[in-house]
Amino acid sequence: MARWRPDIAEREATPEALYLRRREFLALGAAGAVGLLLPRGARAGEPTGAALQVARKVDQAGGESPTPWDSVTGYNNFYELGTSKEDPSRNAGSLRPRPWTVTIAGEVKKPQTLDVDALARMFPLEERVYRMRCVEAWSMVIPWVGFPLADLVRRLEPTSRAKYVAFQTLLDRDQLPGQRRPVLPWPYVEALRIDEATHPLTLLAVGLYGRALPGQNGAPLRLVVPWKYGFKGAKSIVRITFLADRPHTTWNDAAPDEYGFYANVNPDVDHPRWSQARERRIGEFFRRKTLPFNGYAAEVASLYAGLDLRKNY
Amino acid sequence: MTRARIRLLKAATFAACCLPLARIAWDAFTGGLGANPIEAVLNRLGFWTLTLLTLSLVPTPAHDLLGLAWPVRVRRMLGLFTFAYATLHLCWYVGVDQFFDLHVLAKDVLKRKFMAVGFVGWLLLVPLAVTSTDRWVRRLGYARWKRLHRLVYAVAALGVVHFVWRVKADALRPYVFAAILAALLGARAAARLRAQVSRAGAPRPRSSPGRTASGGIPRRPAPRRRGCRRRGPPRARARGWRRGAGRRAGPTGTPSRP
Repeated sequence: MARWRPDIAEREATPEALYLRRREFLALGAAGAVGLLLPRGARAGEPTGAALQVARKVDQAGGESPTPWDSVTGYNNFYELGTSKEDPSRNAGSLRPRPWTVTIAGEVKKPQTLDVDALARMFPLEERVYRMRCVEAWSMVIPWVGFPLADLVRRLEPTSRAKYVAFQTLLDRDQLPGQRRPVLPWPYVEALRIDEATHPLTLLAVGLYGRALPGQNGAPLRLVVPWKYGFKGAKSIVRITFLADRPHTTWNDAAPDEYGFYANVNPDVDHPRWSQARERRIGEFFRRKTLPFNGYAAEVASLYAGLDLRKNY
Repeated sequence: MTRARIRLLKAATFAACCLPLARIAWDAFTGGLGANPIEAVLNRLGFWTLTLLTLSLVPTPAHDLLGLAWPVRVRRMLGLFTFAYATLHLCWYVGVDQFFDLHVLAKDVLKRKFMAVGFVGWLLLVPLAVTSTDRWVRRLGYARWKRLHRLVYAVAALGVVHFVWRVKADALRPYVFAAILAALLGARAAARLRAQVSRAGAPRPRSSPGRTASGGIPRRPAPRRRGCRRRGPPRARARGWRRGAGRRAGPTGTPSRP
């Protein structure tokens, strides 16, 4: 039996003070290693596309700096242009956003078909910096350019029977080649209650970063509802219909237990396959807490007074 | 196949299996991982786990149906790389994606079948990786070892289900994996059927070259040398040492197939 002898010298041992902080080193090391993995700011491309006249700018993301242009336009869910995150920016060339008309139909006194440029000239354009929370638990901060949907609804004069507003994406297999495969029931349709549609935060966007919307972000016209999961924001809209009854909506039809009609951002109601309690802001390493109604509770929570948000997710 | 060629084959396979990792590292440095690099790495590791798992299931039917012996030589390496990628995938999820958030992780495994299926798949790979050595083949005996390693089918099924449940709507890629895996399983069934048919007919000579239980490697009894690192085709030696291990299975004296 050999006598026990320490096999390292005293001076080689880690000082206790450092030893007690070992977890911080681990975290620092991990964060440093992954720092390499974060998208480089230096590589961020400059916004491109036709510049838009913006009448005023409103920051509604608490002063957070916007997600870089490259990320906003290179990491998209737009299944009509492909189901991977990079597909839409690669395939956006097939989408022809001009000329483009939007048909207004249903329970309105003035049903009509509008040219998208004429539509954009009807109202002063605003820049609105909003948080965007995807149902997949990632998020961005995006400087949209558009006008409140409420302004348009007011001008169209919906009848008293109009309780819902539906938004339909272009159906065209050549322009949107993703529609050649029945990944979802095409065309994509999303809808809002009329009080949601006329809420001052609800935006019809025609641009971002001061430029006309790129195809992958839903050119030439898309819906932005910042307190709801991103999929509620229908892209490349060709038809806006006012309805008395709640219409079928695409993701709700595809998987009703996973995607509700309301789809309000709610950290307390998990997606069946993942938690919605936290999210990764694109460009950040650590996940952050998801806020009820994506941080817009003060503005919109009253819309849902008396509604069980666990059932009506 | 000469020893030098086997060594070359193994080196080439090793390098090829490292390529996806090298690509991830390269893309990490050049910004090729896109806007959400943490998710991109996680997805790529998962994709390559399933790809390597599928590839590791090719050598056996390739041998039994096509008489190709060389893929069998790299089967173990493919299996171990599958385990390596699966482990990296899991560690990336735990350590980077969720940053050791034990609350979320526990809930994932307990409440979310999509996560549970992936985790169980990884757990089932552990005994396969541990018993991948020659020594373990000897310790278990080839027949039992083989039975244990059939778990790989369960892992493949769990892997595909994990992938199907991961995607939101477009399950094309996981279904492609499912189709390939089903075809590979079908090929094994076909090989087995053919063996039974030929067994029922005229009994074949016991050791037709290239059609033995040891995957085309001639059986060669070798004395057991405990504690000594063997050279040459190890699986064959391991089996060769287990005298009559395969013979027991076949009533007509034809060794059972791997």
